[in-house]
Amino acid sequence: MTTPSPQAPVLQVKDLQVQFATNDGPVFAVNGVSFDLARGQTLGIVGESGSGKSQTALAMMGLLARQGQASGQVLYQGQNLLTLAPDALNTLRGAHIAMVFQDPMTALNPYLTVERQMTEVLQWHKGLDRKAARQRALAMLDAVKIPDAAGRISRYPHEFSGGMRQRVMLAMSLLCEPEILLADEPTTALDVTVQAQILALLRELQRDLGTAVVLITHDLGVVAGVCDQVLVMYGGRVMEQGSVEHIFARAAHPYTRGLLQAIPRMDGEASSLRAIPGTPPLMAQLPSGCPFVPRCALADAQCSQEVPVLQAIAASQAADEPFVAHRACHRTEAQVLHHEVLEAGHG
Amino acid sequence: MPTLIPKSATESAEPAQRSPWLDARIRFVRNRAALASLLILVCIVFACVLGPLLLPYSYEDTDWNQMGIAPTLTGWHLFGTDELGRDLLVRTLVGGRISLTVGLLATLVSVSLGVAWGAVAGFVGGRVDALMMRIVDILYAIPYLLIAIMMVTILGRDFYLVVLTISAFSWMDMARVVRGQTLSIRSKEYVEAARAIGVPTWRIIFSHVVPNLLGIVVIYTSITVPGVILTESVLSFLGLGVQEPMTSWGVLIHDGANVMASSPWMIWFPGAALTITLYCANFIGDGMRDALDPKER
Amino acid sequence: MWKYTLRRVLATVPALLAVITICYLMLHATPGGPFDTERKVSAAVLANLQAKYHLELPLWQQYLYYLNSLLHGDLGASFRYADWSVNDLVAKALPVSLTIGGLSMLIAVALGVSLGIWAALRQNSAADYLLMLLGSVGSAVPSFVLGPVLVMVFAIWLPWLPSGGWSDHEVRFWVLPIALLTLINLSTVGRVMRGSLIEVMSSNFIRTARAKGLPMRIVVLRHAIRPALLPVVSVLGPLAISSITSAVVTETLFSIPGLGKLIVNGASNRDYTLVLGLVILVTLVAVLLNLLVDLAYAYLDPKIRY
Repeated sequence: MTTPSPQAPVLQVKDLQVQFATNDGPVFAVNGVSFDLARGQTLGIVGESGSGKSQTALAMMGLLARQGQASGQVLYQGQNLLTLAPDALNTLRGAHIAMVFQDPMTALNPYLTVERQMTEVLQWHKGLDRKAARQRALAMLDAVKIPDAAGRISRYPHEFSGGMRQRVMLAMSLLCEPEILLADEPTTALDVTVQAQILALLRELQRDLGTAVVLITHDLGVVAGVCDQVLVMYGGRVMEQGSVEHIFARAAHPYTRGLLQAIPRMDGEASSLRAIPGTPPLMAQLPSGCPFVPRCALADAQCSQEVPVLQAIAASQAADEPFVAHRACHRTEAQVLHHEVLEAGHG
Repeated sequence: MPTLIPKSATESAEPAQRSPWLDARIRFVRNRAALASLLILVCIVFACVLGPLLLPYSYEDTDWNQMGIAPTLTGWHLFGTDELGRDLLVRTLVGGRISLTVGLLATLVSVSLGVAWGAVAGFVGGRVDALMMRIVDILYAIPYLLIAIMMVTILGRDFYLVVLTISAFSWMDMARVVRGQTLSIRSKEYVEAARAIGVPTWRIIFSHVVPNLLGIVVIYTSITVPGVILTESVLSFLGLGVQEPMTSWGVLIHDGANVMASSPWMIWFPGAALTITLYCANFIGDGMRDALDPKER
Repeated sequence: MWKYTLRRVLATVPALLAVITICYLMLHATPGGPFDTERKVSAAVLANLQAKYHLELPLWQQYLYYLNSLLHGDLGASFRYADWSVNDLVAKALPVSLTIGGLSMLIAVALGVSLGIWAALRQNSAADYLLMLLGSVGSAVPSFVLGPVLVMVFAIWLPWLPSGGWSDHEVRFWVLPIALLTLINLSTVGRVMRGSLIEVMSSNFIRTARAKGLPMRIVVLRHAIRPALLPVVSVLGPLAISSITSAVVTETLFSIPGLGKLIVNGASNRDYTLVLGLVILVTLVAVLLNLLVDLAYAYLDPKIRY
């Protein structure tokens, strides 16, 4: 499952599982997610609420809630992050692997100044003194285009606007120039125009620093704009994975196709919106077999009994650059695409 | 080619619906401490009400043969006697009657006052609300014991005055909470929706406001009870509560503290009775809160 | 910040005024009270009362005179002890109460905060449950039951400490009363601290701090402490007020000549003016303490800046 880059992937996730112990029994949030992340690559993880995408990222960082338990392997530089001792994990977190969160208002400490929250990262990881750390922080704030950084840095988070707070978060996470950045719905809480700015900024910083980014989102538009590779999750499992071009042009999983069709089109005739019928599954009561069965028009008995395995499908655009996408479905590509043509005909 | 259209596509799998009251009862019962406390409290109440009727002594009778003795089975002085020969068990139970009665009455008064105050403030809103809550704030800042002492000094130690004094300082929590709840209910979407489709105000009050208030009133009532019992005991302990010949747990504890070195049982039994009652009331209050509060802790 | 302070100070005035007025009027309404000129009292006391309270004037003028004397720090004359003014009695009792009250509050806060933090970081462990159990003892067991238990253990079974009485220099008289008050306040402070820290530790910004790879001690001491302390600070106000009650009980139990004992004696003796003066004094102190707590809270929370 690698891109054509000759380098080894900077991060490898193998069969990640996340469980939560609750009063009503265990909740299986993530059920066997695997992927590789290449250096400098942007991987988008798409899914509905409850699909397990956020928990995947939190598990990778060792930030699950108390009742959460992660198993599997998350390999970085040969070490499994899930089994690292807390001190060793702390050395990596923030310096080599960083994370930005969804809501910048609650993600920043309202009782500390921005300067404090930024300089402490440099002081702790890089051993810089206060002055040097402040210089670096200011430089970073400039890089994320915060006007009058020197004047603003000693303010408190609530004195910034939403978009600016997210820029601050980005700056803070990139201070140590980490190899990997996990971004959990970084633009969901922002206005659309601000969203675009932040994403552009992210792209730019990533190019400058060579950071690999895992971008978690429910918005396919965001994916289209920023990502190289896409992972589609449902019910805690990977349904489909491939390059962004492949997914948008030739996705062959009923769920992915459903997502794509649900995007309202500006061109063509305006008719009713096409939603995927039904609702996301309750993670405490996952059915056996494919989690998408209740909402899939192509499901049959086999689908309800057997979990489909993620399989590689060869899809080459050019003979000299073969790339591999993956799909977890019992139906063949042809069946899925054919069904859609039929549906379109009935409209 | 399979073309099944799944039936459950438009139906979502949801857990069976339960009424919130049934839910609450289940949660309460699941809380062992609360359940045990409820049983113990019921036993205590029964003992205090029926006990003195079954025992051979009244709380004033003097047993000239056995004065100031430790607990013993002879003569059925299970808790011993005080230096005047009065049986402690009977006195503890009778004292319990008074403590619990005062607790009950004071709770009733303060709950009524608190609910009325809070509901009016929350419903009317505006300046009236601000004024009413200012008064509550002022009362909060006043140490109740001092005013209680003042009132007792001036007005004497009549039983109903004691109840009044205690109630006067126990209603503020309820008022605040009821007012908050009323305000939030008033602005909830379902009330707006009901108004929008023309449901009359009284109907709204009965079907929406009252049921939602009920939960919080029950919770805070169960929290008020131990506080009120404690207040009465403190006043009695300081000699400012009910008057002789009436006795209560606070009085008994005061008397017992004086002879602690020679007759420790004189303080242990009423002390234990009071402490156990308070503990039980507290656990029940916690249990109620956990059961009825939608934010499960 | 200063405007906020001023506003809070002004807000306390109605409370004080309300207490003073109510008590004063109640006193006037009392038959046999200090303002009942029919009552037969000794000539010396009557002369005192006439001088202090201007009993010959109409009510509202008496009231204003009284307020005036209050503003000058004069709490009036004792109704029972002709030679003593309330101020004199207070001067003797106040240092005692301050010593016990002040020391126990300091210890309770210091210990409560430390233990609360310690328990919060070991949530649901055996140590945590044990601490919570002890804490509930301090809260649920009434002070006048807990006190005798302490006396029983430390003064009767183990005759280490005296069971009552007071001395200005012999610290052994101080130990049990301070221990009792400290235990009571400690349990509240500890539980609030623990609950608050547990809640803060599950906030998003703590998650961010951990994501930055900061060690736990920095996360707790730099990021979590300030917001976690806020509920503790705000509980100090009501705690100070409730410890007035505990202090009165303690002084009665251990026969300590402080303000609490003074007021209880005054009540039993029907020394109306003494009780009135003390009530006003203690209310003033309580109100001031609450004000301090409010200001401390505003200082700690950068979001409240008026």
